[in-house]
Amino acid sequence: MATICEVTHDHIIEVNDFSFYYAGSDTPNLKHVNMPIGKGAVTALIGPSGCGKTTLLRCFNRMHDLYPGNRYEGEILFEGRNILDKNEDLIKLRTQIGMIFQKPTPFPMSIYDNVAYGLRLKGIKDKSELDGRVEQALKDAALWKEVGDRLKSPGTALSGGQQQRLCIARAVAVEPEVLLFDEPTSALDPISTQAIEELIVKLKEKVTIIIVTHNMQQAARVSDYTAFMYLGELIELGVTEELFITPKEDMTEQYITGKFG
Amino acid sequence: MNRQNRRILMNKVVMTLSSLAALAGLAFLFWILGVLLYKGFGALHWDIFTVDMAPPGREPSGLRNALVGQLLLVVGASVIGVPVGVLAGTYLSEYGGRHGKLARLIRDISDIMMSAPSIVIGAFVYAIMVAPMGHFSGWAGIVALAIMMLPIVLRTTDDMLQLVPGSLREAAIALGAPKYKVIMQVVYRGAKVGMLTGILLSIARIAGETAPLLFTSFSNNFYSTDLNHPIASLTVTMFNYATSPFEDWIDLGWAAALILTLFVLGSNILGRYIIRTKKGK
Amino acid sequence: MYYRIVDKLFEHSTRLLALSVLILLGALFVVLFQEAKPAIDAFGLHFIVESKWAPNMDIFGGWPAIYGSIVSTIIAMLIATPVAIGIAIFLSELAPPWVAAVVGSAIELLAAIPSIIYGMWGLFYLAPILRDIWGGNGLGLATAGFVLSIMILPFMAAITRDAMKTTPDILKESAYGMGATRWEVLKDVVIPYVKSGIIGSIILALGRAIGETMAVTFVMGNVHKIPQTIFAPATSIPVTLANEFTEADSDLYYSSLFYLALILLVISFTVIAAAKFIFLRKIEEARA
Repeated sequence: MATICEVTHDHIIEVNDFSFYYAGSDTPNLKHVNMPIGKGAVTALIGPSGCGKTTLLRCFNRMHDLYPGNRYEGEILFEGRNILDKNEDLIKLRTQIGMIFQKPTPFPMSIYDNVAYGLRLKGIKDKSELDGRVEQALKDAALWKEVGDRLKSPGTALSGGQQQRLCIARAVAVEPEVLLFDEPTSALDPISTQAIEELIVKLKEKVTIIIVTHNMQQAARVSDYTAFMYLGELIELGVTEELFITPKEDMTEQYITGKFG
Repeated sequence: MNRQNRRILMNKVVMTLSSLAALAGLAFLFWILGVLLYKGFGALHWDIFTVDMAPPGREPSGLRNALVGQLLLVVGASVIGVPVGVLAGTYLSEYGGRHGKLARLIRDISDIMMSAPSIVIGAFVYAIMVAPMGHFSGWAGIVALAIMMLPIVLRTTDDMLQLVPGSLREAAIALGAPKYKVIMQVVYRGAKVGMLTGILLSIARIAGETAPLLFTSFSNNFYSTDLNHPIASLTVTMFNYATSPFEDWIDLGWAAALILTLFVLGSNILGRYIIRTKKGK
Repeated sequence: MYYRIVDKLFEHSTRLLALSVLILLGALFVVLFQEAKPAIDAFGLHFIVESKWAPNMDIFGGWPAIYGSIVSTIIAMLIATPVAIGIAIFLSELAPPWVAAVVGSAIELLAAIPSIIYGMWGLFYLAPILRDIWGGNGLGLATAGFVLSIMILPFMAAITRDAMKTTPDILKESAYGMGATRWEVLKDVVIPYVKSGIIGSIILALGRAIGETMAVTFVMGNVHKIPQTIFAPATSIPVTLANEFTEADSDLYYSSLFYLALILLVISFTVIAAAKFIFLRKIEEARA
């Protein structure tokens, strides 16, 4: 059984006895995971590659549904409702739980249209409202100063770090309650990485964050809670400082001291 | 001669032969191109664009009705072939999957259809349209060309959409976009340049086809835009004129050949240029 | 929910349109067979080997056209294959990069020229020359084969070059590293490596040649006889169709033409499928 600390924040998400199978596989990729996610907190998922941290992250917005044959077991409660339910409205779910990917994914359109994309999907057509929310989102993503005067230029023309912040602005614009970050800085240089990390810390005032990272220092810098996973199981969930200073599980200690991974 | 020298000599012989083959092949190809330019430009004059076809020996004589007919046929075929091909290609790339059984089957069959004898397509359309209707028609020509176009557009669309990174689709899905919007607003945009080029090349390709029109749209010596009746085309006119015994018709045939080739090559060069500038970015 | 309905609708309509390719191919065979049925009933498979083609007596035999298609294609392949491979070698191994780029693009553009242009060139320029050399009227299987060979040359050279380019550089470099000459690298490394790709390209070009109409119609002569020599006028399936389809005045005549069209479709389908499934699969998989 995993060691799970008390999460003092309200629980926005509760993962209960959750298992996940990739298409065509009889052995689960995630095994009986139980984990609460604190509302308004940053939860980091760490562990060696192949441990299932990204797989778990992509369950929260049911990204796995894109590829037929993938299977979920157990439940993931989001604000009390089981999002694994067959009748779950995935479109609505994904506007409530946004995602930032490993590599920046600006759409082949202007900066403005990128940020407005999700808003337009929601049916917002009013020009002045769009303008206001695009500006706000770009400010939230600390990008307004750099691109405010060239909103019509293509999103793909920005630098890597700017592109990633554009994607964050795009996700923030629809005002999600949870944001999932999948190794958001792995393709970026140190300066851009620092900007993104500062942004994550700032964003948690507005939104709950779950971040997958292979960089333990990053987890330590940005997160309130850290979950260590190994071979598809949750080994330990702890308050970040405690987990890194006094891990309760041997396996966690071995990992954070670099004995394997 | 020692072994070393023999190897080097052998190398020289083969390399010379292949260079000569290249030279000979190119010489023939440029001969044809030269003839086309020489005869075509020699026969080109303004009347061709402003006057309709006339009986041999009568002045002025032109190709206006054939040009208009050709345009109608190609545009008509594109109006059918492009949307059908794009949507079908979308299925292969976005729903069928790279390794899906049905998608692979359709890809293979399209490749085969692409090389199917065009005259057979003409015969097929004759049987399903011309014979039941009782007469040749522009529509039959359009359908024949559209059938030729479909597999080409389908395969380019499929290829071009597959070049769009999957992460872009996931990012749009993660924002709560339904799949059809992801495809129409993000994937198509990402593949825009490639798809446009592919469509351009497929239009160029069918514009040069004669065989499928011989017994579908047939030919018409008069100006007509009525697709329910036989309609003139550049290619069929070239065939009829070039096989005629009349000097002035043969000259017009060369002029038609030049116009057609300039269009086809122009489209090809434009397509390459678009792709190149896109890559350069 | 609204978007779910639209989503399903979009998926199903794209699938339906994708399936239309299969339906079309099926319809192609079915319709040709139906139209050919009277001739098939009247002549059976004997049609294929019967040489007499006498519309006025309602006697139809496909052999002269089939023979002409096969022989003109063989002539075309015999001329085009070595030259195309030569061009491919020149482009991929010999020419300096800028020459390879310019000549390569020129070849690809030439492959786009409508085939009817090749036919006109054959009729007005090649045939008179051949007439002076061989006598007769200059039309026939040899002339048709020659025009066909020039027509498929750019296509064949371009795809053969593409096949050759799939050889990994590291493989070639290790052969050069052992002191091999260019020819030896080509013969011992490149050609074995891309052999099936080259064969596939050749067969694909063959498939095109056998179904080609306009390049040969001008120069075949359209005579329904097995010619004494390859320099005498003859016919082929596409030529017969192009010249006689609109003249068919009896049902059996019409049906016999469809019988020929069906035979042509079966031949070309088989040839192209063979090229694709047997030889080109590997290349496609390597590219994917």
